Amino acid sequence: MNTIKSPAELKKRKAGFLEKMNSKDRIRIRVHMGTSGQASGAKEIYDFIRLELEKRNIDAVVISTGDMGYSFAEPTIEVTIPGESPIVYGNVDKIKADDIIEKHIKNGELVDGILPVNYQVIK
Amino acid sequence: MAKLKTQIMVCGGTSCSDKLGELLIDNLNLELEANALENEVRVVKTGCFGLCRLGPVVKIAPGDTIYTGVKPDDAKEIVASHVMKGRIVERLLFTDPVTKKKLTTENDFASQKKQLRIVLRNCGVIDPENIDEAIAHDAYEALSRVLTEMKPSDVIRIIKDSGLRGRGGGGFPTGIKWEIAYRNKSDEKYVVCNADEGDPGAFMDRSVLEGDPHAVLEAMAICGYSIGAGTGLIYIRAEYPLAVARLKTAIAQARDYGLLGSNIMGTGFSFDIEIKYGAGAFVCGEETALIHSMEGDRGEPTVKPPFPAESGFRGKPTNVNNVETFASISPIILKGAEWFASIGTEKSKGTKVFALAGKINNVGLIEVPMGTTLREVIFEIGGGIRNGKKFKAAQTGGPSGGCLTENHLETPIDFDNLLTAGSMMGSGGLIVMDEDDCMVSVAKFFLDFTVEESCGKCAPCRIGNKRLHELLEHITKGKGVPADLSRLKNMCLVIKDTSLCGLGQSSPNPVLSTLENFREEYDAHVTVKKCPAGQCRDLMEYFIISANCVGCTACVRVCPVGAITGERKEPHLINQEICIKCGACIEKCKFDAIIIR
Repeated sequence: MNTIKSPAELKKRKAGFLEKMNSKDRIRIRVHMGTSGQASGAKEIYDFIRLELEKRNIDAVVISTGDMGYSFAEPTIEVTIPGESPIVYGNVDKIKADDIIEKHIKNGELVDGILPVNYQVIK
Repeated sequence: MAKLKTQIMVCGGTSCSDKLGELLIDNLNLELEANALENEVRVVKTGCFGLCRLGPVVKIAPGDTIYTGVKPDDAKEIVASHVMKGRIVERLLFTDPVTKKKLTTENDFASQKKQLRIVLRNCGVIDPENIDEAIAHDAYEALSRVLTEMKPSDVIRIIKDSGLRGRGGGGFPTGIKWEIAYRNKSDEKYVVCNADEGDPGAFMDRSVLEGDPHAVLEAMAICGYSIGAGTGLIYIRAEYPLAVARLKTAIAQARDYGLLGSNIMGTGFSFDIEIKYGAGAFVCGEETALIHSMEGDRGEPTVKPPFPAESGFRGKPTNVNNVETFASISPIILKGAEWFASIGTEKSKGTKVFALAGKINNVGLIEVPMGTTLREVIFEIGGGIRNGKKFKAAQTGGPSGGCLTENHLETPIDFDNLLTAGSMMGSGGLIVMDEDDCMVSVAKFFLDFTVEESCGKCAPCRIGNKRLHELLEHITKGKGVPADLSRLKNMCLVIKDTSLCGLGQSSPNPVLSTLENFREEYDAHVTVKKCPAGQCRDLMEYFIISANCVGCTACVRVCPVGAITGERKEPHLINQEICIKCGACIEKCKFDAIIIR
């Protein structure tokens, strides 16, 4: 049913996925849940954030991904407010996650514990 | 509450903080208060920006302006000009040394950063359990291009021209490996992904499989097309349950989309992938042992030739590559061999992922172009040594590698330089040791591992490593004699020369390299029976300085074996024969009267 029948169709679907992913209107939160992340409690943070967003009536997409390699600061999460550059936070516990929801996600106010992008990535 | 107008991010990385970053934060806050802006502007301290040599770094949002080399005194101007008038402080902008252009925003700085992510491009970015996200990030585009626009020989030429070398340890040119498998005619061939990551402290393969499994699946299909194979096998250790689960999901989704299976994207090419589980034996990372293990036999290596490319899995031509090697393939196809060959050093192209571990601040994964120096890796990206201790050595290549010392800090890391330095690339584990680590014990630790992991097939490895370990044990217990050191070295060389596979041929490396670089430590152990790093318990002596001892008897009471004697208010004495060196007395003593010597 889902079969991609030709290279052209792959291109077409890719364009569709890109559009869907880049829709500018929703806040995106990525929780990095590789083995290092989960060993430091990322799953708990993932569940906490999903629950709290729902409780507080905030519309946002929560995505579980692999780790970024910041083992020294796990669990890490990334917050992207539409139109702004993504911000990664390290050592996120429930208190910090709450802070991030209240300050960053609601008010666009940065919280301590940011891990800036310290690398270049191929595009 | 009023919404914040401006936010100032100050780098709190070790290097920037050392350069008065803390004072800068205080000054910024004072300036903001002085101008009654504290409710509109927020100063936050962040982690490292990866621009350490330009620090301290300040970033101001909105606008993402980056100021470099900011001094505490600059706070006034930043607030007065940038924050209050929206006017950029030109003199604090960084000028690109090559183009002479002023760099303003964070995006301009990308090329100034030490890390370059090719293999880790999608890790932490995409949802690994959602193939749509992977496709949106270019997954399977390279495969589609290969299947429609290229002949197998074209693909092999691109991989050869790119200069990609196997990331699993040996550094064999990937293109040549593919070409040999391509030339060997057979009705059936196999592509194997070696995900049997076994070096202590290395976890880059796991992270790639957990974060971006489609990168590996796609590259295996590309390899299958190039060498003429229809089946791919991923050999992964069962200790990686999350990676296995995500791989399974990824394979199922790719099949559902017709990106694996028969007639991929209607091109007539068929390729499917199966997962084979390993039991986590280190030797199974060696390709012949790996193949035997997949066939259901004992995971023991056999003599090469025949190489797997001639006779591998089930006697058919088999191409074995490591996870990281596969993860580099798609970008090479999409961006071209020249692009890849422009990164890295003359003989080692592209990037390498390292797993930083040990006494380093930023433990984790990093990816840097080949040729980055050890100093940049440890002191800039890695944030330096924990607790401000002194750097002593870095072990690369795990139990098969050797240690690099202070003298190697400026050495550009690539396959050949590491070999020259008496170590090897290995899979990319980089364990950092500080002044408190005893190098004899470090060598013993790695020998512990190889003795445990030796498959036992050949005598030099099975017996030799055991004897090496015993000698090291002897030395760390203070029973060694100077002649042991030459015996040690001799035995290492014999094991290296006569072992069957890579495991035994490289297992003496940690001993040889510590012996070479830290001879004085070995000497101290066997001559004066002292461990300079104070790690070898049997060589330590707890000693009471009579002048400091007030005779409070606190140590006498805490000693579990009654080794301390002495009258009240008289200096005490530790009986070395009885003392078990537990350290309980030293913790209790309030007068610093007990020392280790």
